[in-house]
Amino acid sequence: MSTTSLMSYEDALETYDPVMGLEVHVELGTATKMFCGCSTEFGAEPNSQVCPTCLGMPGALPVVNAVAVESAIRIGLALNCNIAEWCRFARKNYFYPDMPKNFQTSQYDEPIAFEGYLDVQVEGKTWRVEIERAHMEEDTGKSLHMGGATGRIHGADYSLLDYNRCGIPLIEIVTKPIEGAGELAPLVAKAYVAELRELIRALGVSEARMELGQMRCDANLSLRPKGREKFGTRSETKNVNSLRSVERAIRFEIQRHATVLTDGGTIVQETRHFHEDDGSTTAGRIKEEAEDYRYFPEPDLVPVAPSREWVEELRATLPELPSLRRARLQAEWGVNDFEMQSMVNAGVLDVILATIDAGAHADAARKWWLGELSRRANERGVEVATLPITAAQVARVAALVESGELNDKLARQVIDGVLAGEGEPDAVVEARGLKVVSDDSALGAAVDEAIAANAGIADKIRGGKVQAVGALVGAVMKTTRGQADAARVRELILERLGVS
Amino acid sequence: MTETIRWTAAETASAIADGKVTAVEVAQAHLDRIEAVDAKVHAFLHVDADGALAAAKAVDDARARGDRLGPLAGVPLALKDVFTTKGVPTTCGSKMLDGWKPPYDATLTRRLKDAGVVILGKTNMDEFAMGSSTENSAYGPTGNPWDPSRVPGGSGGGSAAAIASFQAPLAIGTDTGGSIRQPAALTGTVGVKPTYGGVSRYGLVAFSSSLDQGGPCARTVLDAALLHEAIAGHDPLDSTSIDAPVPNVVEAARSGSVKGLRIGVVKEFAGEGYQAGVLARFAEAVELLRELGAEIVEISCPNFTYAMPAYYLIAPSEASSNLARFDAMRYGLRVGDDGEHSAEEVMSLTREAGFGAEVKRRIMLGTYALSSGYYDAYYGQAQKVRTLITRDFEAAFGQVDVLVSPTTPTTAFPIGERADDPMAMYLADLCTIPSNLAGNAAMSLPCGLADEDGLPVGLQIIAPAMADDRLYRVGAAVEAAYLSRWGAPLLDRAPAL
Repeated sequence: MSTTSLMSYEDALETYDPVMGLEVHVELGTATKMFCGCSTEFGAEPNSQVCPTCLGMPGALPVVNAVAVESAIRIGLALNCNIAEWCRFARKNYFYPDMPKNFQTSQYDEPIAFEGYLDVQVEGKTWRVEIERAHMEEDTGKSLHMGGATGRIHGADYSLLDYNRCGIPLIEIVTKPIEGAGELAPLVAKAYVAELRELIRALGVSEARMELGQMRCDANLSLRPKGREKFGTRSETKNVNSLRSVERAIRFEIQRHATVLTDGGTIVQETRHFHEDDGSTTAGRIKEEAEDYRYFPEPDLVPVAPSREWVEELRATLPELPSLRRARLQAEWGVNDFEMQSMVNAGVLDVILATIDAGAHADAARKWWLGELSRRANERGVEVATLPITAAQVARVAALVESGELNDKLARQVIDGVLAGEGEPDAVVEARGLKVVSDDSALGAAVDEAIAANAGIADKIRGGKVQAVGALVGAVMKTTRGQADAARVRELILERLGVS
Repeated sequence: MTETIRWTAAETASAIADGKVTAVEVAQAHLDRIEAVDAKVHAFLHVDADGALAAAKAVDDARARGDRLGPLAGVPLALKDVFTTKGVPTTCGSKMLDGWKPPYDATLTRRLKDAGVVILGKTNMDEFAMGSSTENSAYGPTGNPWDPSRVPGGSGGGSAAAIASFQAPLAIGTDTGGSIRQPAALTGTVGVKPTYGGVSRYGLVAFSSSLDQGGPCARTVLDAALLHEAIAGHDPLDSTSIDAPVPNVVEAARSGSVKGLRIGVVKEFAGEGYQAGVLARFAEAVELLRELGAEIVEISCPNFTYAMPAYYLIAPSEASSNLARFDAMRYGLRVGDDGEHSAEEVMSLTREAGFGAEVKRRIMLGTYALSSGYYDAYYGQAQKVRTLITRDFEAAFGQVDVLVSPTTPTTAFPIGERADDPMAMYLADLCTIPSNLAGNAAMSLPCGLADEDGLPVGLQIIAPAMADDRLYRVGAAVEAAYLSRWGAPLLDRAPAL
């Protein structure tokens, strides 16, 4: 379905009430895998971080990674969940080449954490997203389908398998149905994923970088006619891997479902793929019948029974949670909800704090990260925090602006240089010759020239219309290609015209 | 060297330690025996002569250096082909793993090597340990050394036949529903299923994870104890491995006695389907125990009746999942990889060609039992039965120290007789399955020959979990009494091959 034949979002919401369910997978940042001692480091040579256990060799057995269990409990606690006193792993059986045992060791009806919630802010209001469960499982390997146009298995000439990711610990966090969000549904979904990401990072259990697949979202959506209680048939859009995509995917699916339903069609229960380029989704595997994973308790592992003492110890180590920290920072910085939310959505709170720690004023740190650097990140399609510039470097740029050695325009050029790998800010200033010129002898000629070229304006100023000086300052800035110290230029002009 | 092969493991180890014979000579004598008789028995799937001689030489070198040798150093052993051996073929009796050389040693393999045990090769078995006759091996059946036209039991028929035919003094088996004890009974040897978790399963190719347990096969109770001690103990690589001291089985085997013990006879293990000669030898064994000073108590374990159906739901369910990994993607057989077939088709073609009929039957049974809508009625119900059986044992062990029964209802049956009748085959494990479901320890040892066919009968001794030493204490007493009654080991009466 092309985006042009879709019913408008507003029309869709006139008739229908969206219900969402979000499943978020988080790869834990443990040093070793869920059930063996292999390294989890990202980006290694394919199939170099494998052993008999994560390759599913005959005879090999799993052993639970205690750090992963600890991380799961901490996530559960931070999501206000109950922590199971006793729970088991279960086998989820299905055949797929990138899963060596042809079953995934996961949890089924006995998750480690259950019945919690996460409060998120949407347009100044608090939304409580209820959490059904958070459970532990292992990641699969990766299939690379070669030779086809789409990178998907259909049409590929052959496939390559990389098992390095196989067995990396995952926590899957599943919401209860999110109802009643109406037209805010896409924003609620986005805010939930953003808040969850902040939480995961604050806990230090994962970097939760969506572009690296460390955090992946499956978005379920169904529509029901307004006023009806029964849920409609849902679609599940897989691997929606940025905050913006979460919002777009939900929005698209609302429009698509509404279009199909309004035309008298029926929604097929299926998985769908999201396309970043045009924001649409297309059908994937059709679930003709409910998939039968033949879950049963994993006989190779003993139950996990975290003692209440341990759980309380872990509760005591929870860091200040992001929502509380945000409230504190918002008060400290005196910023409004919108600005605060922008910082959260851009994922820049931590770098801003680091920049402040490196000596910058809070205002300046916020301004650079939320403005210029967020813009650069958007252009590059990456998260701001991953730009190749450090908090210390941003603090240095801010300091140079503060001292008047750079103005904003020049500072942006310095940032260009740093991002281009030209070194520290001072080195970029030096190499590119970007210092603000405030030396009177260097500025004098330009000032004289501007006065001569704009005699009329000069007369007005002499006559007392001091505010007209801006035009002359602008002319000087132009001839000096922005490097002049504007304040000093103003002083010099007024001096020459005998006004000061 | 004909005498050498008839020595017990204990005798062999001390002869090597004392310098009466070298480990290489012992290994060579057994390799010669294999060469001479295994064409008739077919106990081995793979003989690793080079590996065995090298391991033997290492023991001789250690002795020459003056190193202290362990209690089994230089003793040859036949290893069931279900344990991984680094660089040495491991097939599980299946075409699926034809030619597979594992990249790692099982923990049990590692411990045997560390103990200086000389692994002669890998023994035949029912495919993936599914069967009670070794006829389900993709590589052809094993003959019973007492009569090669009969089965040696299964799934570990190769291991039992190897020791019964003096091709090795020791062997390793695995027991999921009786695969160590039933072959021991049918071949006149000793076999022990240790307490579940007593011997590491790391590197044991899984049939049914919650039931599988590796254990010793030997010709004497003491030899079984020495081997048991060498392979048992906690393994951090197996989460289900017990982290507690191993019961002192060797000490128990050296001090056999039943005086003052209360011994239970399970009344459910008798009746229809039991061969007269088996029941007669069992009744004599009970009488012998009484004569030796035990108090005999009749015990009822009413839920044992449901052990067989519960087993045939739980084991196939786990197997259907455990065997899913054989998909041609990473190792083993691959069929249909011709550029024309998709990965899914290759998986399907490989599994169709690679698995035998019994394995397919159990995969289908298990897949069905775990299916949505059937899980509660089948797998769930079977787990409840499992709990009831465990409670029956707990109640019984509240009254007695050990239980006894025939190991299996009949003596060795002819090859082919039950091949087309799975139910008849499954009945061979009637008496052994409850201990797998409950996870406790059990032993089979010879108690004579059946009158009607002159074939060995096994006596089963069952002990509570973690009380494996009781098996050896009782077993050694019974063995000594029979030896004095018979004047020679039972195996001396087996016809020459």
